Amino acid sequence: MTRTFLTQNRSVFWFLLALGIFALIVTVLSEAAGNGMISTSFVKTLGKTLCLMLVAVAMDVVWGYTGILSLGHMAFFGLGGYMIGMWLMYARTEIIVTESLLAAALPPTPQEIHDSIGTQIFGVVGSSQFPAIWIFAHSFWLQIAMVVLVPGLLALVFGWLAFRSRVTGVYLSILTQAMTLALSLYLFQNESGLRGNNGLSGLQNLPGLDDVPQSTLSIAFFWASAAALGLGYVLFAWVTSGKFGSVIRGIRDNESRVRFLGYHVEGYKLFVFTLTGIVAGIAGALYYPQAGIINPNEIAPIASIYLAVWVAIGGRGRLYGAALGAALVSLLSSWFTSGAVPSVPLGFYTIQWTDWWLVLLGVSFVAVTLLAPKGIGGLFDLISTRHTIPERVGDFGPDKGARRTVEGEEEK
Amino acid sequence: MKTLLEMSGVSVSFDGFKAINNLSFRIGEPELRAIIGPNGAGKTTFMDIITGKTRPDEGTVIYGEKSISLLKMSESQIAMAGVGRKFQKPTVFEAQSVRENLAMALKNKRGPFDVLLYRKTKRGAERIEELAEIIGLTDSLPRIAGELSHGQKQWLEIGMLLAQDPRLLLVDEPAAGMTPAEREHTTDLLKRAAEKHAVVVVEHDMEFIRRLDCRVTVLCEGSVLAEGSLDHVTSNPEVIEVYLGR
Repeated sequence: MTRTFLTQNRSVFWFLLALGIFALIVTVLSEAAGNGMISTSFVKTLGKTLCLMLVAVAMDVVWGYTGILSLGHMAFFGLGGYMIGMWLMYARTEIIVTESLLAAALPPTPQEIHDSIGTQIFGVVGSSQFPAIWIFAHSFWLQIAMVVLVPGLLALVFGWLAFRSRVTGVYLSILTQAMTLALSLYLFQNESGLRGNNGLSGLQNLPGLDDVPQSTLSIAFFWASAAALGLGYVLFAWVTSGKFGSVIRGIRDNESRVRFLGYHVEGYKLFVFTLTGIVAGIAGALYYPQAGIINPNEIAPIASIYLAVWVAIGGRGRLYGAALGAALVSLLSSWFTSGAVPSVPLGFYTIQWTDWWLVLLGVSFVAVTLLAPKGIGGLFDLISTRHTIPERVGDFGPDKGARRTVEGEEEK
Repeated sequence: MKTLLEMSGVSVSFDGFKAINNLSFRIGEPELRAIIGPNGAGKTTFMDIITGKTRPDEGTVIYGEKSISLLKMSESQIAMAGVGRKFQKPTVFEAQSVRENLAMALKNKRGPFDVLLYRKTKRGAERIEELAEIIGLTDSLPRIAGELSHGQKQWLEIGMLLAQDPRLLLVDEPAAGMTPAEREHTTDLLKRAAEKHAVVVVEHDMEFIRRLDCRVTVLCEGSVLAEGSLDHVTSNPEVIEVYLGR
């Protein structure tokens, strides 16, 4: 089955090959396992980029294949990050607290340890009580389960409510924006139990691995991210190929026609929305330990809009396009905003790229949408000899053979 | 001939305009029925009601041996119960191949998980070949449906309708955009389908209906004006007045 799957989806093979080669090159040039040409912080940037590519591939399945323009998928990404961050903070604080309490005359009770972890974590928001949502934070495996369950459940409930009411098109996009905005505003409150606008920090320090240098950890996370991207790519390539892919593309192009064929369209949308939400959560759980910090700003509406921009620039409706778009735009973005790009003096005005990058991004987004709707991925059509989807879609009406106005007579 | 579908006292209005006005209609299985009527008579709305696209304001629609009401079912449930529809404008999935279009319509389980784990079967492939043969698109199976001519799209949609293996076929203007030979072929196809199933054909072309040689229902202003053989209804003065006399 794998054999036929790979032969029918050549892009999967090439994508995995390119990803593997890229990962090897980065490893060889890294500080941890190679000659150190690539700094640890840049390895982290590349690892984070792989996570963004994964969420972009998921976005492409929702938008490019199923036609649901979700502008809220970064909420699931952020939630995944929060879920892993809770365990990271708890476990690391636990180690520190236990060590410091060892010096005390009496050995600390578990309750004392728990309380002082609470004081350490929530002191910053003037509290020391563990909110109820931290109930699983002590257990790695339970919290890992939360990485999947919390974004998945939110996507499931939100999707069920939205799709059963047959909210579609721009109204659905607005609804998803409202969802991510509401979630981020809620998390900004100290009462939300996730440290308000401070967010969760120190996530780059893995509990119990203080002796392992960040250069090694960064490569480990880089490989984990690459593996997740590879697996996610194969998963989505499998989902979008075959009959399921046929049905969801049908939903994108003509939803009601699919309904009249007997398919429960809402069920399909919900399936895709939830599955991609879960994958976005997993991507987030790999991203934020590399970023080191997560706060509610990460799930502001703009984040999800960026996600849509990456996919649009990369090319909707093809998974590698979305992945390339995310990689290119997010790397360019960090380059332009780092201040490393020389300013352009115009005499009367100096273009500072840190300020003008967004303008450049906006212009390229509009340009791609208008001039090259297939995006970067469309470039591959130039080198591919395979039959591509024709431009011609939509109804062209009856042609010469059509006779509809004359009634009651027949050509002999 | 047992009754397959029975509509009674169905009315529906859009913004005060009564598209369907106290319509009653019955079709057995097997039966072939043609529906004619001037523009705006409510032919498309009639099909929309049966397929669940439009909910009537009042009336009942009863279907099958168990006399289930179609009014409580969603479009996909109605389709799964055995009601297939061919639209007036050919609506095929233009970005997908002819084979994919037919495969999607094939009678199979329709749940997301069933479809995700669906494996191509030999029987399915044979059925697709068989349908392609019937609709004359055997050579076009790998082609993208968007490249087909208007007439071929009509054929493809008829093929998709047959692939669903429905008990009640609602066919809206099947002959539009077809050459005379193709129309003859369509007539044969519909007649053959009507040997086992219930087939409702909406058509403007009188010659086409004459060749179908079946009972005709004339719709006008949302209700049944006359019913009977073609000769019977065309000699009805009321029918001549509203429809044929213009």
